[in-house]
Amino acid sequence: MTATSFSQLDALEAEAIHIVREVVAQMERPALLFSGGKDSIVLLHIALKAFAPARLPMPLMHVDTGHNFPEVIDYRDRVVEQYDLNLVVGSVPDAIERGFVREEPNGSRNRIQTPVLLDTIEKNKFDACMGGARRDEEKARAKERVFSFRDDFGQWDPRNQRPELWSLYNGRVHQGESIRVFPLSNWTELDIWDYINSRGIEVPSIYMAHERDVFHRDGMWMAANEFCQPREGEMIERRTVRYRTVGDATLTAAVLSDADTVDKIIAETAATRLTERGATRGDDRVSEAAMEDRKKEGYF
Amino acid sequence: MDLLRFATAGSVDDGKSTLIGRLLYDSKSIFEDQLDAVEAASKARGTEYTDLALLTDGLRAEREQGITIDVAYRYFATPKRKFIIADTPGHQQYTRNMVTGASTADLAIILVDARKGMTEQSRRHATLSSLLRVPHIVLAVNKMDLVGWSEERFNEIYAEFTEFAAKLDVPDLTAIPMSALLGDNVVDRSVNMPWYGGGSLMHHLEHVHIASDRNLQDVRFPVQYVIRPMRNELHDYRGFAGQVASGIIKVGDEVMALPSGMTSRVAAIDGPGGPLEAAQPPMSVTLRLEDEIDVSRGDVICRVGNHPEPTQDVDATICWMDSDALTVGRKLGILHTTRMARAMVKDIAYELDVNTLHREKDVTELGLNAIGRVKLRVTTPLLLDDYADNRTTGSFILIDEATNRTVGAGVVREH
Repeated sequence: MTATSFSQLDALEAEAIHIVREVVAQMERPALLFSGGKDSIVLLHIALKAFAPARLPMPLMHVDTGHNFPEVIDYRDRVVEQYDLNLVVGSVPDAIERGFVREEPNGSRNRIQTPVLLDTIEKNKFDACMGGARRDEEKARAKERVFSFRDDFGQWDPRNQRPELWSLYNGRVHQGESIRVFPLSNWTELDIWDYINSRGIEVPSIYMAHERDVFHRDGMWMAANEFCQPREGEMIERRTVRYRTVGDATLTAAVLSDADTVDKIIAETAATRLTERGATRGDDRVSEAAMEDRKKEGYF
Repeated sequence: MDLLRFATAGSVDDGKSTLIGRLLYDSKSIFEDQLDAVEAASKARGTEYTDLALLTDGLRAEREQGITIDVAYRYFATPKRKFIIADTPGHQQYTRNMVTGASTADLAIILVDARKGMTEQSRRHATLSSLLRVPHIVLAVNKMDLVGWSEERFNEIYAEFTEFAAKLDVPDLTAIPMSALLGDNVVDRSVNMPWYGGGSLMHHLEHVHIASDRNLQDVRFPVQYVIRPMRNELHDYRGFAGQVASGIIKVGDEVMALPSGMTSRVAAIDGPGGPLEAAQPPMSVTLRLEDEIDVSRGDVICRVGNHPEPTQDVDATICWMDSDALTVGRKLGILHTTRMARAMVKDIAYELDVNTLHREKDVTELGLNAIGRVKLRVTTPLLLDDYADNRTTGSFILIDEATNRTVGAGVVREH
């Protein structure tokens, strides 16, 4: 083995494994945030490798808005069974029912999932939550640490972050405080797909091109389903689409695409002129600082 | 395809944002929606041109004040390499951010305005890059269009830089005359400076040889975590998980675990893709040994004839990163590789003026962003190497035990 045969994907994988192991070694009660989206799938794959042949020494945690793509929930449940994992679900519909949060007039559960996330962290006494967020996704995330400190209200203070040098991560917290950890910080969307391809990882079918009833809203293609119906003047059309990101089904848009294999997705990702969140996420379109503001409140 | 991490430091005036914007734009790493957002924001602010700094200044406070506060990480790739840019602000009050960016960099770009020549800021960048042992330095002499593409001016600045750098340890220096605004020598070679015989910045970034920067001589494997599956069929499995800091570890090698000093042989190396015959930095692997010896997190596995001496006395250069000053007698947490211990400050030998390299010996404390030489006494023996030999086992961070904040970064010096 020579130094040159170690590719950039191998380097990113090695870095992520190191970070995941630091979390388990330093923290008392870590959890892995798992949505069934491609980034959390890659993170889970890496976490399983980091501790093999032992079982994953932490539970998965899913904040379920109730607005799900069925293919993604199926995938989640299959993975949990396959690797004999523990799954903790923070349910937004349950939280609405017991009056913990109130449904917003526009029907979006993007903001109200944050208190549910924080409540689930608190109830389970998690002191670290690992997520698959990447710095290339969004400009506020480009400034966030790998080990990102949250105070006892779950808040991120971007102006008061812990310096992070070399590969030394400071996970020390007081009771009630916690750390969000992003082992895939240095990955790009293309790295994720290259990794999925090279390691032969299965992803939910909605990432591959398929036919779907969609309608055009604010420049995005939204699926017509039980959560989201066209308004006046919006026409349902049958189109070949795929999803670049998977989030709340009321907010996540599809892209027109014929890419029905991972190879074709990689070719398309390399050539695209739009960022994945810009192309598909209604939640980031609120303002220039939408992500920063949500993160300060405790969002992922 | 391999990975190159590089750091840039400077302020808007030096053309740093323009340079990064051009590297990203010309490698097609800026997306249309990002550009649209930046154009709209520039217009809303009444700026006449598209301000590419808005692309990297991700925080509300940064956009409001028009300054870069924190390290931003940017990503781009060419068919030859993937690049990670640590984009750091250049002002003195952000020394800690520069140190952060430099700590993981393979290469640092020091931007100099051709009209101004070396400034206090460029001297600081050079000093910090040298202190953090960034293996490759690029002196980017920017705004050459504003000095008439003058070879003489370029040579003057190069001489000025090398005179200052003679006092530092700069292993590999490349000077490139450029105009980030017009694109000369950024991605394509300049037609305006036929006297310059070297390649463009992008060509250099794509081709600079980094494979031999890794220390492949001294085996150091800090143990992160002990894997014990606790299942019947894997009852005897004990794996020592970690990332190879340096050296090449092979199956069958005789190794020693420190601090216990017990020896064994490597029975197997488990990598993320399956069993391996050998492991080298920066691979994350799991080692299994032939004998059951006592090894736990914080210990280091190394070769029998080549190992660090455990010590409780640490002599180091510190960058202090907190507004609450470092003083003699202060107690702190210290994280070195995977070992956490407590340290007490025994002495502050001097504070380094990063602009003049003067060593001020008569100091009683190190304030925010100060750099100085200190002596620490540690509760548990640490397995240190000189930072010059090993960036992983020669570095540590200091943690305030009351607030848990990371307050200092240190590099171990033997001389």
